[in-house]
Amino acid sequence: MSRRLAAGRSLLGRRIDRESPVTFRFDGRRMDGLKGDTLASALLANGQTMVGRSFKYHRPRGIMAAGPEEPNALVNLGSGARLEPNQRATTTPLFDGLEAESQNRWPSLGFDVGAINARLSRFLPAGFYYKTFMWPRSFWKHVYEPIIRASAGLGRAPQKPDADTYEHYHAHVDLLVVGGGVAGLQAARLAAVAGAQVLVIEQQDHWGGRAAVDGGTIEGEHAEYWVQRTVEALSALPNVDMRTGCVGSGVYDHGYALAAERLAPAERPGAVAGPRQRLWRIRARRIVTATGAIERPLSFAGNDLPGVMLASAVRDYLVDYAVTPGDAVVVVTNNDDGYRTALALCDAGIQVPAIIDARSRVTGDLPSQARAAGLRVETGSAIARVTGQRRVTGVDICPQGSDGTQAERLACDAVAMAGGWSPVVHLWSHCGGKLLWDEATASFRPDPDRPPLGADGQGFVLAAGAANGEGRLGPALVDGDAAGRAVIAALGLKLPRGTAPAPQARAPEEEPLAPVWIMPREADAARRSKMWLDFQNDVKVSDVQLAAREGYESVEHTKRYTTLGMATDQGKLSNINGLAVLSDALSAAIPEVGTTTFRPPYTPLTIGAIAGEARGDLFQPVRRTPMHDLLDAAGAEWEPVGHWRRPYAFPRAGESTHDAVMREVRNTREAVGLLDASTLGKILVKGPDAGRFLDMLYTNMMSSLKPGRCRYGLMCSENGFLMDDGVVARIDDETFLCHTTSGGADRIHGHMEEWLQTEWWDWKVYTANLTEQFAQVAVVGPRARDLLQSLGGDIDLSAEALPFMGWAEGRIGDFKARVFRISFSGELSFEVAVPAGRGAEFWQALMQAGAPLGVMPYGTEALHIMRAEKGFIMIGDESDGTVIPQDLGLDWAISKKKDDYLGKRAQARMHMASDERWRLVGLETLDGSVLPDGAYAVAPGHNDTGQRNMIGRVTSTYHSPTLGRGIAMGLVLHGPERMGETLSFAKVDGSTVEAQIVDPVFYDREGARQNV
Amino acid sequence: MRRYSAFAIAREALRFHKGWERAWRSPEPKPRYDVVIVGAGGHGLATAYYLGKNHGITNVAVIEKGWLGGGNTGRNTTIIRSNYLQDPSAAIYEKARSLYETMSQDLNYNVMFSPRGVMMLAQTEHEKRGYLRTAHANALQGVATEFIGPERVKELCPIIETSGPRYPVLGALWQPRGGTARHDAVAWGYARACSDMGMDIIQQCAVTGVRSQDGKVVGVDTTKGPIDCGKLALVVAGHSSALADMAGFRLPIESVSLQAMVSEPIKPCMDVVVMANTVHGYMSQSDKGEMVIGGGTDGFNNYTQRGSFHHIEETVRALVETFPMISRLKMLRQWGGIVDMTGDRSPLLSKTPLGNCFVNCGWGTGGFKAIPGSGWAMAELVARGEPGALAAPFSIDRFREGRFIDESVAAGVAH
Repeated sequence: MSRRLAAGRSLLGRRIDRESPVTFRFDGRRMDGLKGDTLASALLANGQTMVGRSFKYHRPRGIMAAGPEEPNALVNLGSGARLEPNQRATTTPLFDGLEAESQNRWPSLGFDVGAINARLSRFLPAGFYYKTFMWPRSFWKHVYEPIIRASAGLGRAPQKPDADTYEHYHAHVDLLVVGGGVAGLQAARLAAVAGAQVLVIEQQDHWGGRAAVDGGTIEGEHAEYWVQRTVEALSALPNVDMRTGCVGSGVYDHGYALAAERLAPAERPGAVAGPRQRLWRIRARRIVTATGAIERPLSFAGNDLPGVMLASAVRDYLVDYAVTPGDAVVVVTNNDDGYRTALALCDAGIQVPAIIDARSRVTGDLPSQARAAGLRVETGSAIARVTGQRRVTGVDICPQGSDGTQAERLACDAVAMAGGWSPVVHLWSHCGGKLLWDEATASFRPDPDRPPLGADGQGFVLAAGAANGEGRLGPALVDGDAAGRAVIAALGLKLPRGTAPAPQARAPEEEPLAPVWIMPREADAARRSKMWLDFQNDVKVSDVQLAAREGYESVEHTKRYTTLGMATDQGKLSNINGLAVLSDALSAAIPEVGTTTFRPPYTPLTIGAIAGEARGDLFQPVRRTPMHDLLDAAGAEWEPVGHWRRPYAFPRAGESTHDAVMREVRNTREAVGLLDASTLGKILVKGPDAGRFLDMLYTNMMSSLKPGRCRYGLMCSENGFLMDDGVVARIDDETFLCHTTSGGADRIHGHMEEWLQTEWWDWKVYTANLTEQFAQVAVVGPRARDLLQSLGGDIDLSAEALPFMGWAEGRIGDFKARVFRISFSGELSFEVAVPAGRGAEFWQALMQAGAPLGVMPYGTEALHIMRAEKGFIMIGDESDGTVIPQDLGLDWAISKKKDDYLGKRAQARMHMASDERWRLVGLETLDGSVLPDGAYAVAPGHNDTGQRNMIGRVTSTYHSPTLGRGIAMGLVLHGPERMGETLSFAKVDGSTVEAQIVDPVFYDREGARQNV
Repeated sequence: MRRYSAFAIAREALRFHKGWERAWRSPEPKPRYDVVIVGAGGHGLATAYYLGKNHGITNVAVIEKGWLGGGNTGRNTTIIRSNYLQDPSAAIYEKARSLYETMSQDLNYNVMFSPRGVMMLAQTEHEKRGYLRTAHANALQGVATEFIGPERVKELCPIIETSGPRYPVLGALWQPRGGTARHDAVAWGYARACSDMGMDIIQQCAVTGVRSQDGKVVGVDTTKGPIDCGKLALVVAGHSSALADMAGFRLPIESVSLQAMVSEPIKPCMDVVVMANTVHGYMSQSDKGEMVIGGGTDGFNNYTQRGSFHHIEETVRALVETFPMISRLKMLRQWGGIVDMTGDRSPLLSKTPLGNCFVNCGWGTGGFKAIPGSGWAMAELVARGEPGALAAPFSIDRFREGRFIDESVAAGVAH
């Protein structure tokens, strides 16, 4: 049974503090652990070998690894608003009160109904679901799929919004070193000494990678001391930032990298203030990936049983946490490194019944030590199968070259498997770094000649140490040293004179591994269907062979057909083994088969951390006008418009929104209304070529506009479609102020800049978006002039001095103001712009002075109704990106004199110039009702594809309080030529409404009310 | 072709599945075919399938540079819907959707089409009015959609925050027979059926040139040698411009990277597909339990099949606001695919300036849902040499004529 070893042997348990006990719960059971434990080490210490169930067959699963590659030990951590599903026990620091729950089992880990799938596993090979569940047709949605969905998935879905917060951190560095093992530290040390700004990140909570556990000496002392001294030296440098618990997540184009730092050491509710994680967004001139290597499992029947672990993990648990996975541990290996585990177990007094080595000749330093220690070494041997139901009870051993039928049974309660090491090449590969196959280590490692390229055409990522295929202590240090020197050269820096060469390291000599992909070599189909490749997703050797047999030969096909490597570990343990089995099945070399694509993130990245601070109120912060609070106090019912909020209406107590809108329209038409028009885009265009520029931008002629005058203008896209409208005021010879729609301000400003910067870069024009610099109020209605005049000031507001479509500058009361005589309602109207800082004050002054005149604020809906009554188009209603100005009867706003404007050529195209277009008309229902929004006019018959024929549609529809009936605008085929005709509009329920085509101007056709 | 069924699985189980035959053959190219289709993605394979099934043309090769289904067919978020605004779009996408309904049975390959329902959230008044319009249009186009209120939205998808501070949900356009399918299986199912009809699917074979005579295509040069053809169909999504260049004409296409991501798998919590266009994000839950999330396109043209992180960030922010419970889930994998975009974001199914050469491309961010309809219409175009009713509006001439089919009105970003 797995258990914690008693104190006494001083070298064991480096990370735990035996004096600091903590308690935690697993599946409701109280357990004891120690400070410094991970959840995984604590579970093992408590004898909990089974920790979960596999994805497909619900097989019992135990802890397999000690790091982020763990495929099995995933738990639901915490509860309520702090529930985190699929948390890896191996990377979860233990804390007092931790609550974990096993996943993917019902009703309990011990008795899981889903385990029936394991019994049926023979009927459920890779891709079985593509071959069945097809009849009867409706059963997929209603029977088969719900069952599959319920049995798939892993952790529980959180029910509540996240109670924690996250933050983003931006760093710009010369060098980012990912991985704080000996190679990474050496590279960082050199670059730092040369003066580079360096950030070193390490996913674990401690430095040194495997060096401390795996032993060896650097400069004559234990590697751990060198690590300690180097970290101290680096930490003391001002140009170095060191972060543990910070995993490199991804490398992107342009030297961009992401890292996720765990901030709270524990996720104990309430224990930690501040963010839970920090997402580092890094721009680095160079990146060194010293990310180490991951040990591979071996493929033998029953290699998924709880108690079978990676040999390196066994060593880690033993040395770091004083935990043994069992009392008798068989080691199975194809290389010398596996012997380290056997020796460590032996040192700790754990029985090692045998070391089973697939190689026939074994003579290295480590095997010699093992033999010297009296351990039984079986060469040329294999595990024929592991016995046991819920955990290991023994192994059958046989010759590696056999079919496994003649075997000797060995009793044991754990198996440590050592299949060789695969460099962690993820970060190297994310942005296009290529790999080469290294025969000696049977692994893919970075190809130094084909690195990810930066904007300068140079490689910006270097791999070092085990991540570069140099897994042994001495070579890893030398490789890290070389990476450091290469970075220094690339950055144009120099090492100080007398910088020491790479430190000298000593470690046992190791002999080459034997690439053994299945055990034993001649295993039959029954055995191969019990050899797991992907432990979480239940992909076995037989599944990959089946995929190859069925023609899913590309490695991507095999992956997708079998789900190999698609689990939460993304193939960290399974990829190379699966690839080897596939290449064998195809009789192709492994490098010919190739790898699947490495994609970010390296380990799963918390979604909340990606969102960062941008949640709730900080998610797309609301833009507020200077009058916002006053309008809110006046009872505004808000509507989102772009990033703004605008008042839809101002309903009074007991008044419906509809009634409020009607009142606002009537009051504005009869007395005076105020509209907060501050959101209207205001873009200043200035320069000697400003007029010429605007002539290209607008369909109208703007260069001929006189200072002091305004002109309504239309803007079209290159394709001729109407994109925005607004009033342009000429300030002086070189300066225009262009008003845009509220939603369009930023877009139009960007549009202007795009043309200026990419096409007309030699024109002397500057643009500035002044939208937020001014507060703007539309003072509208027959009493508008009276109201403004009552405030005093030095602007002559008379019709003679300031006629319709004129503007003036001066003071209204004591407010510095620009007054534009423009109207979107058909009434006498002044739009007054004052500095934004005085907007609220100005609004109050108007409300106060206007009280005797009956002033009321009005909202966007009243605005819309009044413009519709007047037949004015609204961008986004009458236009939708497919409408040209000519469709809307706006030919008068299109200059015939200009040679060119954006959209002119497009509008001359056949279909644009055709008579067969839908054009703007007014619509009145015969019964006075309001036409449904967005309804289409239907004609008899169907088109070629069987759809009803449509000949028009409603673009705006309202109840007009002024006319006391429904009014609408619409686009109708040959519309203006069909005045008086009646059309049928289809409702969604199939019925129709009849409406007559009328002039779109419903109110004051002569313009008598606005020109006073 | 031996049929797939539960009985076949049971039979094979007894002999450890040793008797399964190849899903598709892997032949060497013949010297000549009646039709060569370049691109063994969903659209190319569907074109081949309907050439055989509807038009009796089976002397067909489908040539693929990489592995079949390895482009956007295997990289999308698997959403199927047809609630489009413009008539031509609604027609072809609804044709596709209806073919998806019976695809598993037609192909004898379970593509797991699941009509779980697609909703497009209305989060501004303007968006709501747009969807009301689409609902009206769909009713006349024979596409079953309805506009539903926020209560119904919450009932169909309880994990949505409908009263968030920024963009409360005002309702949604709901297409109950929209849904998802298993994307790889669509390519594999078609490939198996095509192979069974005697067509050759030639993988790992890149086209290096297009040969023509008297203004008509006569063959292609490939890395496996020259192949003659009577007709040529270019169905290569992200690399359409490059192929058109070989054929000697230009396409109104820009290629950009579109990203997507999945979370780790969790137990079922979301039965429907939700698209939130105001905040730019869409999400569904796969049968494996992963939350499948679609992102945006890069603002610059490229062929990298990866994208910038800030798009992922923008999408994730939007979805955390819309579905607050996803905050503590983890992103498992992000990826990119190259989509080709036309000026009006609608596809090209068209004759080309080169005789007997046809293109099918420009599906932008919306290709997967169209696969069977696209193949159906393309097969008709290739077989007859003239477009049928479905393809006719999508000719390349429309840009010269100003006859755009612009869905941006209703579809915002997520297509």
